[in-house]
Amino acid sequence: MNSAIRRLAVAAIILMLALMANSTYLQAFRAGDLNARNDNRRVRDSQFSVDRGPILIGSTPVAQSKPSTDRFQFQRTYAAGPVYAPVTGFYSYLYGRAGIELTQNAELNGSDPSMAFRRVIDVITNRRQQGASVTLTLNAAAQQAAYAGLAGKTGAVVAIEPKTGRVLALATRPSYDPNRLASHDLNDVSAAWKELTEAPGKPMSNRAVKELYPPGSTFKLVTAAAALSSGKYTPETKVHSPAELPLPQTTVPLVNENGRNCGGSDNATLTVALRNSCNTAFGTIGLDLKADALREQAAKFGFGERQLPELGAVASRFPADPNEPQTAQSAIGQFDVQATPLQMAMVAAGIANKGEVMKPYLVQNVKTHDLKTVSETKPESLHQAVTPEVAAQLTQMMVDVVANGTGKPGRISGVQVAGKTGTAQTSPERPPFAWFTAFAPADDPKIAVAVMIEDANIPRNDIAGGTLAAPIAKRVMEAVLGQ
Amino acid sequence: MSIASTSVVQIIPRTRRGVELLLLIIAIVVSVGAYVNIGITVQDKVPASTGYYAAGIGLLALIAHFALRFRAPYADPVLLPCAVVLNGLGVAMIHRVDLGMAAAAEAAGRDPRSPAAPQQITWTAVGIVLFLAVILLIRDHRRLQALTYTAGLAGLVLLVLPLIPGLGVNINGAQIWVRLLGMSFQPGEFAKLFLVVFFAGYLVVKRDVLTLAGHRFLGLDLPRARDLGPILIAWAVSLGVLVFEKDLGSSLLFFGLFLILLYVSTERAGWLIIGGLLFAGGAFFASQTFGHVQKRVDDWLHPFNEVGGQVATALMGQAWGGVLGRGLGQGRPEVLGFYGQSDFIISSFGEELGLTGLMAIILIYTLIVERGLRTALGCRDVFGKLIATGLAMSFALQVFVIIGGVTGLIPLTGLATPFMALGGTSLVANWAIIALLLRISDQARRPQTPAAPVSDETIAMAVQKQ
Repeated sequence: MNSAIRRLAVAAIILMLALMANSTYLQAFRAGDLNARNDNRRVRDSQFSVDRGPILIGSTPVAQSKPSTDRFQFQRTYAAGPVYAPVTGFYSYLYGRAGIELTQNAELNGSDPSMAFRRVIDVITNRRQQGASVTLTLNAAAQQAAYAGLAGKTGAVVAIEPKTGRVLALATRPSYDPNRLASHDLNDVSAAWKELTEAPGKPMSNRAVKELYPPGSTFKLVTAAAALSSGKYTPETKVHSPAELPLPQTTVPLVNENGRNCGGSDNATLTVALRNSCNTAFGTIGLDLKADALREQAAKFGFGERQLPELGAVASRFPADPNEPQTAQSAIGQFDVQATPLQMAMVAAGIANKGEVMKPYLVQNVKTHDLKTVSETKPESLHQAVTPEVAAQLTQMMVDVVANGTGKPGRISGVQVAGKTGTAQTSPERPPFAWFTAFAPADDPKIAVAVMIEDANIPRNDIAGGTLAAPIAKRVMEAVLGQ
Repeated sequence: MSIASTSVVQIIPRTRRGVELLLLIIAIVVSVGAYVNIGITVQDKVPASTGYYAAGIGLLALIAHFALRFRAPYADPVLLPCAVVLNGLGVAMIHRVDLGMAAAAEAAGRDPRSPAAPQQITWTAVGIVLFLAVILLIRDHRRLQALTYTAGLAGLVLLVLPLIPGLGVNINGAQIWVRLLGMSFQPGEFAKLFLVVFFAGYLVVKRDVLTLAGHRFLGLDLPRARDLGPILIAWAVSLGVLVFEKDLGSSLLFFGLFLILLYVSTERAGWLIIGGLLFAGGAFFASQTFGHVQKRVDDWLHPFNEVGGQVATALMGQAWGGVLGRGLGQGRPEVLGFYGQSDFIISSFGEELGLTGLMAIILIYTLIVERGLRTALGCRDVFGKLIATGLAMSFALQVFVIIGGVTGLIPLTGLATPFMALGGTSLVANWAIIALLLRISDQARRPQTPAAPVSDETIAMAVQKQ
């Protein structure tokens, strides 16, 4: 009998070891995942009691935690909430986090592994855990100008510093006030959430980075870049540009907006075609270069990749396998070409930065409460989209667009602006999208900007990228250049 | 001759009561320390009830100790301190969750529930009384053999008691409670004790026939078909528990105990395999057929499907505790409410004491199990061996099933965490079990004849044996 009892003793130890192994897996290895869950009440409550670090622009907080006397010790408050909402996001007890509050959560509440040493010191010196501050790359003046420019419209603005990729402005309208979601009055919060999620204008949708739109004629910059890079074209190359371009495999021709040929010629130069935004000329180029060349060029500007991880931007796209008429449509930014305003700002920024697209970023640095730097973002190159020579040619053509063409409303006195307008039709029922993407000064670019107006409440025949979107871009550029 | 003399020294029986007293003092200090720690972190003061708590736990432990000193001097010295520290920590954690729930009730503007910790201390006292009764009244465990069938009947009655209409109550889908005189009891906890006595008594008589008759198949000694009767009855009863009382844990425990004792008495692994297959088949059938079993399995496989589910909440609590724990009084065990002090008390410990504390608790249970099996090894009679094995393994199975359920290793079932969880019946029954184990261990370790002077021949024999 004793041998059987001994075997049972071993079996019992195995059972207990299984319990220990499972607990180790749960509490040591799986703990991180479980603690990161949004429905984890304990973590959420404890984080609500942490002195969360501020989100700064320069040294001015746009989000900060203030001492509170109710059930939680700190109240998150957002100065100028709606202006910065698409960037800061919100920090809500009931609805979790969004934006920088979500992606920089570990830094803001001080639980990031890089701050482990700091936490140990805090424990020893009996200090409360205090989160780190996150400084944004945003330029307050540009952000304010962008938000003010969008007043009464539905749209988005993204501005980038071409040489570094720093995001200078990122605004959308309609917006929302994150203070309403951060409130400790949970009934108010759920009422606000219901209202915001059900509002027809979708105020919580981040149009700058999370929504895709047809880029329309601003995509002609990508087509022009592909053309110049192919070696088959120069700015002076004449391109077939009739009023109507018959397309293969279909009876529906490609037409110019005004129903006429391009700048008075059926064979306009590339420069003239861009100046007048001639659909037929770029359709011709698209058919010549083929879809793959266009897609490759688009990818070099950042299409097909998710950008700006701080906000989880979606990837812009060029259709996978278009036929010939679809390729011609794609070359002018129609058919199934889809881009975020951020992506179109990157196109302008890439051209501005001698063809080199910098990786856009929003977080300049993270610092502990005693101002020790935890991390500092360094500019990083994303792709060389075009050669510096092609970039210079494109810049010249874009300067011409603003000086003499569709982009006239974007002119700034005393500064050379390079830009491109766009108007994208989706369906006859809804107003087209108005676009303007530009950079300035053309010889030493400080800012590249993309403006997209989704719905401006004006008659559809009146809408055009030049008249609607360009003045906003101008305002944002002036805000940066005037400093 | 130094080697030989050490081996002889080991043979000389020692009571080890001094060791027990020392371990008891450590157990009491740990428990009272936990209690005070909780008071300081939650209420910023040493709780006023510390004296009551310390006197209660300390006095009860010392009474038990002195009872052993006089009535079972050779009893195992480790079992009692292990039980005391688990009991003490359990009360401390129940108190902790009391405080948390009271604060939560206050915040929500509700009236707080009356605290459960004093109740548990009262039950501890009842448990110690039963402990004393077992130690004092049962002078020789072999006498219990005369009660084999009485114990079997009592065990069966206790098992089916919750099924009697008007008496049994359904709590959390399991029909394992009985409500009497305004109090709830879990008769299954005592059924366990009686059934072990019955199994042991029955197998002492039948083991020869079960061992010797049979045939070999694939290298296994399989029993004769006509000998399968008892195992089939035990199987049917345990499946009945599963189906009618909706309690997978108890079902597994009873059938497992029977199989284990069958295996120990016959030393034939064939029984384990037949029984294991029978149970697995039955349990699988039940999990496919009965909603409550199915739901437990679903909760286990996908704990996060249900928003705010108990298992999910417990898992997140333990994850939050991490390796070192939040610290006593600094976690949030009250989010599980009443379950944080009963079924899920282990998760409360995991949260506040972390993986480290949980490891310590599991080790203490392991110690109880292994000391129990050590007692079985040393016991000189078959009946005592079987009882000790059964009781020790009942701890092992119960701890595995409940901790495994709470930590997500296996589906959750409604077994009580021995000595820790809130609940009088379980606590009292466990004290009786420990008393019986101590009684058997006293007999096992006691010198059979007055220690004779060690002669040179014995030493020579000991050397030769080596």
